[in-house]
Amino acid sequence: MTPRSETIAPILVFGWGNPSRGDDALGPMFVEQLLAQSQALPGAAPLSGVEVQTDFQLQVEHALDLAGRKRVLFVDASLGCEAPFEVTVLQPSRDARFTTHAMSPEAVMQVFRQLHGTLPPPCTLLAIRGERFELGEPPSDAALAHLALAVAWCRRWLASQACFDTSVTTSCMS
Amino acid sequence: MSNDLETAAQPQGLRRVAIDPLSRVEGHGKVTILLDEQQRVQQVRLHIVEFRGFEKFIEGRPYWEVPVMVQRLCGICPVSHHLAACKALDLVVGATPVTPSADKIRRLMHYGQVMQSNALHFFHLSSPDLLFGFDSEVNRRNIVGVAEKHPDIAKKGVLLRKFGQEVIRATAGKRVHGTGSVPGGMNKHVSLEDRALLQRDVAQMIAWAQDAVNIAKQLHAQNPALYDSFGSVPSNMLSLVRADGAMDLYDGVLRARDAAGNIILDGASDQSYLDLIEEEVKPWTYMKFPYLRSLGPELGSYRVGPLARMQNCDFIPSPLAEAQRREFLDWGRGQTIHAPLAYHWARMIEVLHSMEVIAELLDDPDILAGELMASGARRREGIGVIEAPRGTLIHHYAVGDDDLVTMCNLIVATTHNNQAMNEAVRSVARQYLDGREITEGLLNHIEVAIRAYDPCLSCATHALGQMPLDVALVGPRGEVIDRVLRSQRGNIQREDRQHDLGSSSGLPA
Repeated sequence: MTPRSETIAPILVFGWGNPSRGDDALGPMFVEQLLAQSQALPGAAPLSGVEVQTDFQLQVEHALDLAGRKRVLFVDASLGCEAPFEVTVLQPSRDARFTTHAMSPEAVMQVFRQLHGTLPPPCTLLAIRGERFELGEPPSDAALAHLALAVAWCRRWLASQACFDTSVTTSCMS
Repeated sequence: MSNDLETAAQPQGLRRVAIDPLSRVEGHGKVTILLDEQQRVQQVRLHIVEFRGFEKFIEGRPYWEVPVMVQRLCGICPVSHHLAACKALDLVVGATPVTPSADKIRRLMHYGQVMQSNALHFFHLSSPDLLFGFDSEVNRRNIVGVAEKHPDIAKKGVLLRKFGQEVIRATAGKRVHGTGSVPGGMNKHVSLEDRALLQRDVAQMIAWAQDAVNIAKQLHAQNPALYDSFGSVPSNMLSLVRADGAMDLYDGVLRARDAAGNIILDGASDQSYLDLIEEEVKPWTYMKFPYLRSLGPELGSYRVGPLARMQNCDFIPSPLAEAQRREFLDWGRGQTIHAPLAYHWARMIEVLHSMEVIAELLDDPDILAGELMASGARRREGIGVIEAPRGTLIHHYAVGDDDLVTMCNLIVATTHNNQAMNEAVRSVARQYLDGREITEGLLNHIEVAIRAYDPCLSCATHALGQMPLDVALVGPRGEVIDRVLRSQRGNIQREDRQHDLGSSSGLPA
């Protein structure tokens, strides 16, 4: 497909989940809070060189969103990680975790490798501990506390990345 | 359809095999198979184990929020819910009809959705089974395996899906949780820039869609005995068609044919669905069983989706897809095609048709300019019916004077297909499992039959850490004889433990 004529931000932060299913909203809420804090906190630097995206779930086409990046941070709610959050460096993997129509971030990376014939950019998973995932429920208090800590960690993580291209402005594809 | 094997004559003392939940389908489903001492299949049921309460989620909200909120019911076809809700609420705000520009932009959005969803299903959910075989190594039966062995197919699948997502973004405003369609019409045109970007790739996408039809066709030709018989059970078929009998996935009248292909219902207004369809409740599953009132619950069940649409319409109003439809019908040699695996072939013809419609709409100046909103006398109730990727989708709302939704009734495609999926599972169990040891490959045969219907069993929840597969053998006294867990990474772990599994859904087996 013809690529859009946009400059590609070197860092992609990708949060996914269903905003109407309790703590499953943590991924998109993470992106919202990251953007809000970068614009509102006194002394906070804008998210230069960072593109943020949200979606319901990871899918095959997201492999195309990895192209041209220097780093990617995947963010999702997790029932299996320790509270408040876990950070894992990811490797492309042929895992078979296709419980729904969704894919794991490792499998998205592997699809990238197969499509492009090269390794994907370094990818990190930020898994935020969630507790409740029922339709129509608000996020739990515990999950919101985990979310705040995760956003703070991310701001430090972004600050530590030396690959920012400050000429690129933040954009939200969600 | 018969209800043979739905309920065992004497369920006491039978062994229970549970596939819980199904992998690679939306939401959570479970299949239970009761076997006797000789491992003969005595009862097979497809259960839905999660009670969703979608209607309660919607009731009490302002009607103008509904087209956005309903997109959160499903992570795979949110646009179908978005548009079905808008069609229903068009009646509430008196926008009948909507303007030509609104109608065409919505159609563009919808055909983009159908194209990308059908492409995703075939290339990334079912092609691993179809290309590698149902008994192949479990770790190969996924899109990563396809990408390694068939990189060209995988790439086309990714880019077709991506194109459809871009069509949605250009029409809905965003590729997820779009707000473009509103009760009464649309709130934006397609921009010149977006139209140019999409038009640049249309010819390539049509060519790839033709390739996709050929792949599906070749799979049938290579193994006709399997593809024509696997899980095949005769049934009635229901879909929308255009007033002149043409395939129309966005709007039309209801038509049903019987298992032999004879029309038994035609030209019925979608506003009369409650007069035509009744839903039966069964105590062992949360999902209802719709049937045609005129035929009753025993004879009135039906299937929906691409296989029904392909054979319900009189023609497809686009030349390339119509030629493929004729070839598809010829495969049946005058008989109605009921084999679930033919869904894949029909689905790919719809991808081609969708691309032809998209190409035509992109050339239409009405998507770039023109009145977007219509209005008229306010009503208290509205019904919107659309052909979603998986089949007929019904949204029905009542709205009070305070603009709040007081009643909501949704019938989704997977519910229409409930009986057909159960029958397909029973057919496969009878053919492949009877009297044999249960292996992972054999269990996957069950899942292949269900996946052919592309069921969307529940929701978009996908939190890390969920267990995708739990298979248990339970003896006559409820003791666990064997239990196999498939981890989220596809590893198989066999446990030796003695406890009563019970039923995770609180429903009987």
